[in-house]
Amino acid sequence: MIEVNTLNKSFNCVWVLKDITTRFSRGKANLIIGRSGSGKSVLLKSIVGLLEIDSGEILFEGQNFTRMNFAERKKIRRKFGMLFQGGALFDSLTVYENISFNLDFFTSMTKKEKQKRVKYCLELVNLKNVTHLYPSELSGGMKKRTAIARAIVMNPSYLFCDEPNSGLDPETATIIDNLIKRITLELGITTVINTHDINSVLEIGDNVLFIHEGQNWWEGTKEEIFTSGNEELNDFVFATEIIKRIKPPNTSI
Amino acid sequence: MTLFHHLGKYVLLLKKVFAKPEKARVYYKQTIREIETLGINSIGIIAMISVFMGAVITIQTAYNTENPLLPTYLIGLAARDSILLEFSSTIVALILAGKVGSNIASELGTMSVTEQIDALEIMGINSASYLILPKIIALMFFAPFLTLMSMIIGIFGGWAAGTSVGAVTTTYYIHGIQYEFIPYYVTYSLIKSVVFAFIITTVSSYHGYFTKGGALEVGRSSTKAVVHSSVVILLFNLILTQLLLS
Ligand SMILES: Nc1ncnc2c1ncn2[C@@H]1O[C@H](COP(=O)(O)OP(=O)(O)OP(=O)(O)O)[C@@H](O)[C@H]1O
Ligand SMILES: [Mg+2]
Repeated sequence: MIEVNTLNKSFNCVWVLKDITTRFSRGKANLIIGRSGSGKSVLLKSIVGLLEIDSGEILFEGQNFTRMNFAERKKIRRKFGMLFQGGALFDSLTVYENISFNLDFFTSMTKKEKQKRVKYCLELVNLKNVTHLYPSELSGGMKKRTAIARAIVMNPSYLFCDEPNSGLDPETATIIDNLIKRITLELGITTVINTHDINSVLEIGDNVLFIHEGQNWWEGTKEEIFTSGNEELNDFVFATEIIKRIKPPNTSI
Repeated sequence: MTLFHHLGKYVLLLKKVFAKPEKARVYYKQTIREIETLGINSIGIIAMISVFMGAVITIQTAYNTENPLLPTYLIGLAARDSILLEFSSTIVALILAGKVGSNIASELGTMSVTEQIDALEIMGINSASYLILPKIIALMFFAPFLTLMSMIIGIFGGWAAGTSVGAVTTTYYIHGIQYEFIPYYVTYSLIKSVVFAFIITTVSSYHGYFTKGGALEVGRSSTKAVVHSSVVILLFNLILTQLLLS
């Protein structure tokens, strides 16, 4: 479980996140939603410590991450898997090398064991015959999937995904959503996903955190979204005709 | 104020770079890779420039010493000293600052703006050390070879040009380059080349590593890397000359 307590973050005196308090549970897909520019990526990066926060604290299973020094953080980070908004694959390495990178660094696996592990991860994300290709030779969706494979290769305890399915066709997006959900359940990890894709929310949103103007505006499950009377949330979720139609008639927008 | 800010940030970065490496074998592999990209791939350009500079230095010395009172072996001697003392260390370092410096800054800059450095940090890897240390070691190790090579090729270029335009004969040229030869000049040059290698790799890495923004900023970092490395090289050339030759 990850706990975030009264987190504040500003850039050059402009507040991006204000008093965010929330928790992300284990074995669940925890979604952070909100408009573009609302601070989702900043929140995710603050949680993993890529951005230093102004005040507040972040706890991993009760351990205060915010107060840790570099070496202690490094230890916890070995349990992280992260999928960046742009993929962040290493350009100079092939798909195979990208995924086995962590194994080279942190395990003493033999070459055979590594190959097996990489193959297994690639199968999980439905990729075949790409091990020898470089990131520049992959399509957007393949990059995303390679990045997911890289994120899960070390069996992380925490998985952070920034827009895992942006720029993908609806079918691939759903496949990726369900893949993340399955991994979360099977491996019992704490998964935090940033998204502004309503389909994902309705597909996998166990817990949903709605960020608006840098604040924790609303929290609940995907079912509760339908019955919430929160105006900003409704405006955000039921923005398109097709989604409006699936809203139960007895609730107001 | 900003100078001190950069200096402080630079020192902190170096502190991170020289932290204990987490897996020696990975670092070793990276270093070999960097020796190839930074060192071996620079042989061509250094060789070409050395041959031409050696030629030009020799011919210019020949034309400036046409006075019959001056002995002909002076041409070889002057060419040798210019090449050994300044050309093969300082000028070669400036050329490397252009080639290697921009290469390092744009590589690290791109990695920074595309979040690849963040990805390393998230994995629990000391990104500064992993990315920068192999570059420093590789170039500090290889720069003396480049300098030695440049000396030999430069002196050869001087001979080829000097004899082919008829400015000096082979005998006089060889007599000149052997005349009162001070081996310490070679040592001096090699020491300088190692220091310059450190300056090029660290200053360029500094600019690349802290690049924020997009493609435009990567280009800017790369320019800054070359300019700042060159200025620092010239400054240290002065300091080292004072320290080592006086
Ligand atoms: N490094 C930074 N320096 C200054 N401001 C920043 C920085 N990173 C983000 N911001 C600002 O913080 C705000 C939130 O950005 P963030 O990237 O978190 O948005 P987001 O919710 O992830 O949007 P999107 O859905 O488009 O990815 C934006 O107004 C942005 O300008
Ligand atoms: Mg974002």
